[in-house]
Amino acid sequence: MVAQNVAFWIIAIAMVLSAIGVVRTSNVVHAALYLVIVLAGAAAQYILLAAEFVAWVQVLIYIGAVVILFLFGIMLTRSPMGDLDLDNSQRMPAFVASLALVGTLTALLVDAFGNSKVVIDSPTKTSVLSSDIFRLYIVPFEAVSILLLAALVGAIVLARRD
Amino acid sequence: MILNQFLILAAVLFCIGIYGVLVRRNGVLVLMSIELMLNAVNLNLIAFSAYLKDTSGQIFVLFVITIAAAEVGVGLAIILLLFRNFRSPDLDQAQQLKG
Repeated sequence: MVAQNVAFWIIAIAMVLSAIGVVRTSNVVHAALYLVIVLAGAAAQYILLAAEFVAWVQVLIYIGAVVILFLFGIMLTRSPMGDLDLDNSQRMPAFVASLALVGTLTALLVDAFGNSKVVIDSPTKTSVLSSDIFRLYIVPFEAVSILLLAALVGAIVLARRD
Repeated sequence: MILNQFLILAAVLFCIGIYGVLVRRNGVLVLMSIELMLNAVNLNLIAFSAYLKDTSGQIFVLFVITIAAAEVGVGLAIILLLFRNFRSPDLDQAQQLKG
């Protein structure tokens, strides 16, 4: 339990600092690399919570595919005038709004869940997860696959030059 | 481990994502901030899945990851179109519909 808590706090601090890096850095490529640290930290938290299949899906899809897509997006949208100022003029209101929201959410969570403990006996078996997907959630699964197909066709239609 | 440490971490990440969406001008960076928010929600779902000993949370995380991938694909295509029309990825320039 102690080892898990130590791991949690190390990963959590790395995630929060990197997330701040994503929204604060003035280099677009560095933002994508900071995002990799946040996504890998999330995968590590999933392993701490004994969800190993989801953790590997996170590594494969987010770090493997989505970040590469972001890097291609950055490459294709480099401004010819050089990097402009990446932030707009509403830094202060945005900071106040997000700070107010984090305060509200934290107060609410402390009030609602207090010291509820997460007890983990054994990792979630991938076989249990897959039989649940294909028995209970087969209709949403098929709907999501149609949606993914439609989104990819849509992206090609949008991005092609005619 | 208590449940709240995961939930509060997710809340902090979500609010950092909101700050990024509100502040950034580059469309690709706005999409990255949206990914931060989606990840915060996924962390919540996994924490509740472990707390309630129910696999539904993990299955919904798989759905959210799929939809996030589709969203990034379409979003980057739109930003690419925006870049072709304005010669810059700056979202503040897309204001033709402003009254």
